[in-house]
Amino acid sequence: MNSFAYTRADGVTHAVAERADESTAAFIAGGTNLIDLMKENVARPTRLIDINRLPLTTITDTENGGLRLGALVTNADTAYDDKVAKNYPLLAEAILAGASAQLRNMATDGGNLMQRTRCYYFYDLATPCNKREPGSGCSAINGYNRIHAILGTGSPTGDVQCIATHPSDMCVALAALEATVQVTGPDGDRTIPFAEFHRLPGDTPQIDNTLEAGELITAIDLPANGFSKNYAYLKLRDRASYAFALVSVAAALEMEGETIVDARIALGGVAHKPWRRPEVEAMLHGKSASNDVFQTVADAMLDGAQGYGHNTFKLELAKRAIVRALAQAAKLN
Amino acid sequence: MTQQPYIGKPINRLDGLDKVTGKAKYAAEFDTPDLLHGYVVNSTIAKGKIKKINTQDALSLPGVVKVFTHENRPKLAWFDINYKDQDAPPGSPFRPLRDAKIRYDAQPIALVIAETFEVARYAASLITVEYEQVAHLSDLEANRHKARKASSGMATLLKPPPPKPKGNFEEAFNAAPHQVTAEYVHGMEHHNPMEMFATTVVFEKGRGKSGGKYTVYDKTQGVTNSILYAAQVFDIPFKNIRVVSPYVGGGFGSGLRPQYQLFMAMLAAQNLKRSVKVVLTRQQMFSFGHRPATIQTVALGASAEGDMTALYHSAVSETSQFEDYTEVVVNYGGMLYPPENVTLDHQLVPLDVSTPLDMRAPGGVTGMSALECAVDELAFKAGIDPVEFRLQNYTDRDPLADLPYSSKELRECFRQGAERFGWLKRNPEPRSMRDGHQLVGGGMATGIWEANQMPARAEAALLVNGKLRVSSATADIGTGTYTIMTQIAADTLGMSLDDVTFKLGDTDMPAAPIQGGSWTAATVGTAVKTVCEGLAKKLFKLARKMPDSPFASALFDEVVFADKMIQLKKDSLMAVSLQSVVDSNGGAAVRHTSTGFPNILKQRKYTRSAHSAVFAEVTVDEDLGTVRVTRIVSAIAGGRILNPKTARSQILGGMVWGIGKALEEESVMDHQFGRIMNHNLAEYHVAVNADVQALDVIFVEEHDDIVNPLGVKGLGEIGLVGVPAAIANAVFHATGKRIRNLPITLDKLL
Ligand SMILES: Cc1cc2nc3c(=O)[nH]c(=O)nc-3n(C[C@H](O)[C@H](O)[C@H](O)COP(=O)(O)OP(=O)(O)OC[C@H]3O[C@@H](n4cnc5c(N)ncnc54)[C@H](O)[C@@H]3O)c2cc1C
Ligand code: SF4
Repeated sequence: MNSFAYTRADGVTHAVAERADESTAAFIAGGTNLIDLMKENVARPTRLIDINRLPLTTITDTENGGLRLGALVTNADTAYDDKVAKNYPLLAEAILAGASAQLRNMATDGGNLMQRTRCYYFYDLATPCNKREPGSGCSAINGYNRIHAILGTGSPTGDVQCIATHPSDMCVALAALEATVQVTGPDGDRTIPFAEFHRLPGDTPQIDNTLEAGELITAIDLPANGFSKNYAYLKLRDRASYAFALVSVAAALEMEGETIVDARIALGGVAHKPWRRPEVEAMLHGKSASNDVFQTVADAMLDGAQGYGHNTFKLELAKRAIVRALAQAAKLN
Repeated sequence: MTQQPYIGKPINRLDGLDKVTGKAKYAAEFDTPDLLHGYVVNSTIAKGKIKKINTQDALSLPGVVKVFTHENRPKLAWFDINYKDQDAPPGSPFRPLRDAKIRYDAQPIALVIAETFEVARYAASLITVEYEQVAHLSDLEANRHKARKASSGMATLLKPPPPKPKGNFEEAFNAAPHQVTAEYVHGMEHHNPMEMFATTVVFEKGRGKSGGKYTVYDKTQGVTNSILYAAQVFDIPFKNIRVVSPYVGGGFGSGLRPQYQLFMAMLAAQNLKRSVKVVLTRQQMFSFGHRPATIQTVALGASAEGDMTALYHSAVSETSQFEDYTEVVVNYGGMLYPPENVTLDHQLVPLDVSTPLDMRAPGGVTGMSALECAVDELAFKAGIDPVEFRLQNYTDRDPLADLPYSSKELRECFRQGAERFGWLKRNPEPRSMRDGHQLVGGGMATGIWEANQMPARAEAALLVNGKLRVSSATADIGTGTYTIMTQIAADTLGMSLDDVTFKLGDTDMPAAPIQGGSWTAATVGTAVKTVCEGLAKKLFKLARKMPDSPFASALFDEVVFADKMIQLKKDSLMAVSLQSVVDSNGGAAVRHTSTGFPNILKQRKYTRSAHSAVFAEVTVDEDLGTVRVTRIVSAIAGGRILNPKTARSQILGGMVWGIGKALEEESVMDHQFGRIMNHNLAEYHVAVNADVQALDVIFVEEHDDIVNPLGVKGLGEIGLVGVPAAIANAVFHATGKRIRNLPITLDKLL
């Protein structure tokens, strides 16, 4: 860990201004990811801008019938919020499937979006890693890649640069729900649709998302429809709790009787971002729920997937997980 | 009135309150003014040489006092013998900062000393190293053809190599109507006790040549081991050094050898003549001893009726390039089962890794995890229930040593375990039981572990206030040593627990061996009983000399110690209080020191082991491969149970470990770098609460007056030994699939 300066920001404007003044500074919220990265010397901010006092700690109704989650609401408070639990149970379940109770008490919603990959090599300065040090190489491709990506790993140059995954559970549900991210930067406010927030590695794997330098997440907006009737969050991991997803599936269906009228499927643990394919989801429209239909959809979701050895099992596992999650959402069994 | 006997009662852990309120101090928590802090730098290559190590940037940071490397290391003891600790395997022990050579990945190569921990850590990040790298070997499978016999040494005494073949395995195997041959594999595992390795050296300046005094707070499973190492390596007279370790936050074997933070802290303290603390990080907890990756082959043959006739068990495991670590992996089948034709073999492959180290049930859980799966497979082939099969192939003698067991209530373990588990309700057909998507299975396995006893010393003192203090330089790694020793002492002298204290973990106390091998209850327990009996005799002698003593003409055999008194057996009113005895001692405590020795003449005629029968129930998702252990019943024959509560906790801990070992645990090596990649507790998985469901422990009654005077067998390891195999067998029963590569992760079941 390097030595660093510390500023406690007393408002959004102050935080953004401090960051604009010092490009090597970093916002700190719960610190559950950033401090670990600093201890490993992966992150070496010259200044920590503490945003915990910013007034972004509430969950409020939005004009169009949805909810606004302040960036500094903790993961625990979000999952146990009455409205979230009732109207967005998919989100609540996804959050509670993540980390541990202690971590969720510290972790914030904004920080959850910004957490970095858990790739072993990214955390270990002794090994090459394109995400940590562009151009140094990717150790995972020929290494131990059990937790790595099978989708969206291509790059424009043709050489795969990075097979890291985004490790969040919460984000998989947010992708399925089509949340939006509210941000404030030196040039003002903007709204980023969730599908555009995280990105694929391409040949710039060091960039995780589309947030511009110096922008602060202020809130996450949930649209009115929480798919609270037919949903499932299925997380498969190496132990029953306190492990990142090998594969996770957020499935949300809108049903009229037996018939599916709207469907969302987002996958975690398989790509550099929560993985969606709206055109595949559309295949479900007008269909009645059955394992056969779900199997076809699962195959299509995994179209083009590629394994790298240790993670090749995810190709089959992800398909089975999709089928199971959709069946649960449709209350098939 | 005292509550005798305490032995056999579920007494709460006497150190429990201090531990949960933070009063108990661990090695890293001791403080002293002007303490310096050390941070260790580790190599980032697995093999080669340091060409250049740049410490200038680190040294220029304000607050940095010194950086020690191989280049400026002060001169230390030269011969290997000075670096050999009590658990050192044959070979040449690793010496930190010895030279420029890199022998394994994450080898400690520099120590930064600074005024604060934070500065030391930051400075460490500024050190850069240029290496000359050479190709390393880290893959056991790829190098198994290099396997060779292990060299022998002191360690071999406790870990006998496999005996010579008996009968003719091949002939018997080929003739056997039922045969099983299979290979079993598991990777490296690291102990990862909660408490990080740490040493705080408090240095007091001395006059003259002796150079000052060292009080060393060390995380260790044996203060005697640490003091021998530190005194010899740093050439410090014993009178000037004391090692203290009152509490240990878990060991599991990792503290059986002095770890490198002890070396580093001593090096800096001696050189700088300052007090120094060195604490390792979790990542560094993966940079020394571990359970070795092992490949095993088991081949078994049985007659048409299911009588075992042939047994072959071989193991190939990794060791370092400089020491031959071995453990007993393959002998247990020969001890437990009756075949006349037995071939056992264990070989080592030296790799560029740190030397492996005993890890809970070392060898035993490795070997039994393979053997007991093969036995299950053989029973299945012979069409016999696995419990029946084991009863059919039961032996009351140890066929390998050709000796009777001192006691062996394993039959009773099978019976009581099966009954509690509801074994007979299991449909024997694999993949025949289900609950929705969950396939349900039940499996069982046998466990065995040596019941050893070492010599140990102890002191007992009846203090002037009438209280008893007993001490021995043993450890309590969380097992309950404090509690059971207090119980033994209180019972031997007829005192109440409140009037007895037991002290441990200090080299000023009489010496005891390292705490391992499940021998502490037997070893230190016998020493405590012996010394208290000796003290009793002394007290009786004093009592006889007291004016108007009621014992003037009594013999020692005619009195009892009860209710803080010495009483005539035939007339308890004829009594003298212990307080008045010590009062008559001229204002001094009455002390006695003695050694508790194992009765080797008696013990050598028997094989002495603890046994267990483990029954496990699992559910396996038919599509997703996720395994959950829904129930485990462990029936233990472990001799006399001194304290059912601490005993049960030991077994529960072993069962929880067994779940992790069967399903989760593995230090994963990336052979590109020869480096362990999941070196933190987020990615190195052990069982968490949510993985643990119903655990049930049965202690089967077992009397044994051969193992030691207390009749105890030790419970540290036996709780683990049979659990992974029982789970693997349950997974087979649930799914019809034999997974022989631990851990059984979901991908192996897809
Ligand atoms: C052992 C372990 C296990 C875990 N398991 C899981 C799991 O199973 N599933 C899961 O989903 N997560 C898991 N997590 C991750 C955890 O959810 C994240 O660490 C947490 O959500 C991060 O939030 P934080 O507030 O602590 O962020 P911080 O650590 O404070 O910050 C993380 C990053 O976000 C930036 N940042 C924070 N807030 C903002 C903002 N408002 N605007 C812009 N940038 C911001 C920071 O600058 C930093 O770069 C685990 C973490 C650990 C340590
Ligand atoms: S997968 Fe990405 S993060 Fe991991 S080593 Fe490769 S480049 Fe680095």
